[in-house]
Amino acid sequence: MRSWLFTLILAVAGAALFALSRFIQNDYFFFAGYVVLQYIVLSTAWNILGGYCGYVNFGTAALFAIGAYTTVALHKLLVTSRIYPMSMPELIVIGGAVSAVVGLGIGYLTLRLRGAFFSIATLALAVVIQTIITNWDYVGGSRGAYVIRPPSAPLVGSYIQYLFLVMLVLAVISVAVARLIERSRLGYGFATIRDDEIAAEASGVPTLRLKLIATTLSGALMGMAGAPLPYYVGYLDPASGFNLAYAVNSIAMPVIGGTTTWIGPLIGAVLLGTLQQWVTVTISSAVSLLIVGLLLVGFVIVAPNGLVGLVRPLFVRGKG
Amino acid sequence: MAPLLEVDDLSKRFGGFVALDGVSLAVAPGERLGLIGPNGSGKSTLVNCLCGALHNESGVVRFDGTNVNGMTAHQRTRLGMARSFQLPRPFTSLSLADNLRIPLIYSANMRRGSHFTAAEIENRCGELLRLVGLDAKARRLPRDLTQVEMRKLELARAMGADPKLLIADEAMAGLSHSEIEDILKLLDQLNQRGITIILIEHIMRAVMSFSQRLVVLVSGKKIADGKPQDVIRDPEVERAYLGQ
Amino acid sequence: MSFPIDLLINAIIAGLLLGGFYAAVTSGISIAFGILDIVNIAHPAFIILGSYIAYIVNSQFGLDPILTSIAILPAFYALGAVVYQVYYVSFERRGQEALRGLAFFFGLLFITEVVLILVFGVDYRYVNAIYIGPTLHFGFVDLPLRMLIPCLVSLLLILLLQIYLTRTFTGRAIMAVAQDQEALRLMAVNPIRIKRTAFAISIATTSLAGAFLIVIQPVEPSVGRDYIGRVFAICVMGGMGSLPGTVIAAMLLGIVESITATFYGPSWAPAVSFGFLLLTLAFRPAGILGR
Repeated sequence: MRSWLFTLILAVAGAALFALSRFIQNDYFFFAGYVVLQYIVLSTAWNILGGYCGYVNFGTAALFAIGAYTTVALHKLLVTSRIYPMSMPELIVIGGAVSAVVGLGIGYLTLRLRGAFFSIATLALAVVIQTIITNWDYVGGSRGAYVIRPPSAPLVGSYIQYLFLVMLVLAVISVAVARLIERSRLGYGFATIRDDEIAAEASGVPTLRLKLIATTLSGALMGMAGAPLPYYVGYLDPASGFNLAYAVNSIAMPVIGGTTTWIGPLIGAVLLGTLQQWVTVTISSAVSLLIVGLLLVGFVIVAPNGLVGLVRPLFVRGKG
Repeated sequence: MAPLLEVDDLSKRFGGFVALDGVSLAVAPGERLGLIGPNGSGKSTLVNCLCGALHNESGVVRFDGTNVNGMTAHQRTRLGMARSFQLPRPFTSLSLADNLRIPLIYSANMRRGSHFTAAEIENRCGELLRLVGLDAKARRLPRDLTQVEMRKLELARAMGADPKLLIADEAMAGLSHSEIEDILKLLDQLNQRGITIILIEHIMRAVMSFSQRLVVLVSGKKIADGKPQDVIRDPEVERAYLGQ
Repeated sequence: MSFPIDLLINAIIAGLLLGGFYAAVTSGISIAFGILDIVNIAHPAFIILGSYIAYIVNSQFGLDPILTSIAILPAFYALGAVVYQVYYVSFERRGQEALRGLAFFFGLLFITEVVLILVFGVDYRYVNAIYIGPTLHFGFVDLPLRMLIPCLVSLLLILLLQIYLTRTFTGRAIMAVAQDQEALRLMAVNPIRIKRTAFAISIATTSLAGAFLIVIQPVEPSVGRDYIGRVFAICVMGGMGSLPGTVIAAMLLGIVESITATFYGPSWAPAVSFGFLLLTLAFRPAGILGR
């Protein structure tokens, strides 16, 4: 299928989903749906580096929180002091840009090293950034910051519906980007990095540049997913912004869905995200996290190619 | 004629261990050069330094008139210097055809300046598969291949970069007599097309029949360079081989 | 304004004591990651597990936490052997340790933490022992026993490990297993068995390290996360798999953290180790004592 056609279908599906959801007069649906959509963005973003290139990033929470805290800072600087009322799309673009730069930076620092060191470095990065934010009083420090949500929103009226729509658009964009990569030269290059970097170089693949593209793109999408968060929660502190659940979910969802193709993270995020929302409401959030952990370990042992691998046992890359 | 590859006083050490010690070497366009030496003599290190997988401390590597010191491996491949690996390193998650598309997309493409069309890539990919006789397995994964097929894939992938120089690193180790003949025939064919070939090999019969010139490395030093029949009778070479 | 020299000296000594403890925490990862190349990021989770076992035994039966942890060393050894077997069968043998092996250990880390939260809640737990509380004083130098005892036992543990690794046949085989599996096979040694033994030892050390941890500070389930950065920072700085290097790097990190906490406040301490790690990875990946 042509990429523009795929994107069009995806967009239409998204629009239909939103139109249908407007009939649901229950705010909880939008609150829960927002989280699931956010996980579609995060797991797709993680998979661009982790699944396609084989570099495991444990720092999702940090890149996500950078997007969120960029919003907090801009909100305080511009919106509260009435210098310039920034709109959500602007905040998302800026949050994404900041996380992209950080992603590029971590890539430069560590991607010359073996894969495992990259993973450890991302863990380290997450803690360093969390410590900096915790000690940065302007954005609330360890006490956290309140962000007052506007009473109504453009286009749709209800602000939570607006946030849901924004995240839906981001989810459509990230899935479309992931599929576009998969079918392009870039996707082939990423796959050779995952398989054998030395052989890739010998075949003319500029591995370092490709990896930097992947970290930048992945970081940008994570930051974009984080940018609306302060408006969603209304109150943001480091413990929630840097919650380990983001890192675990962004790994567990692609691994459970299947990491070699765009549909894996999508399936993983929808199934696992919905399951978690349900278990959190019916039992507790700790149990829902336990389930994610158990599923992650279970899948990597028993079904290493995820649900996609179970459905298509002999999954070979498409014709390209 | 100006040499295609020129190595001047190349040295490489790992910690205190001197792997290459002032190696100089010139290879003419279209030449078939054999590179031999006992285990640990520095052959693989030399290949890695030539191709940019390792960086030499001192000395110069010139390829096709360009000083390639400081260039990364992929830049050298794009210049026209391709290699096969001693232990085959296929892209395990990609089909055979996709394995060959990689150098076509990322190397041959780049040097030409303009991009191949999808159809051109398909054509060339099919051509390479037929060249090594793997067209029936185009959609299979590398894990389905036999040893000799794996070596052929390795050579075909190197050929995908559209090289001027092909460095075949022990492309025949562990193969049977007839399989060795197969690979030799393939290398011969490539040479007929004007590709310069450096053959690194332990199997003397193969090296002797293929090479126009023989270079011997021992303990990181070049100890002989000349016609195969002369080199093999060189007392120093005999000592190095019998003395080990 | 005069520089508070006594504060500095106390910070350095506290850092050395802390470093001794960090060495125990890291010795296991130096074996697993440094020698075996197994990226066990769940290592701190096993340490926290050790802390909670020491806590349960201490609060139920009043037994000494460090002696308890020595008594349950065999159990942790067995646990390590089991985890390695799963890791080997599921990942190493299939050649998938890179992505999936990491995800596996990350999952273990997360599961341990969540289970501990479900069972014990997020309250801080602590143990009682005669050496928790008293402090030796030499002039203006303070030596709290709750730091001194773990530090000394830790150094003893590492000395024993070092003797084991360099003087015994199995120990030498462990040192060789990463470099040359073929040579081991020729010596009729099964490299898988050797790796299993080594990994089991690596997990066994977490029993002791866990007891040290809860002696030094109260513990709650997520405390382990702070140690992920520390252990890998120390392991990498110490030159990957060298126990003497581990001790030196641990002492160094302990001192830097202690000084940071004394002069800038404890909330910056976590960033120190991770920042150290990032810089080491970026500029000196072979470690300060580099191989």
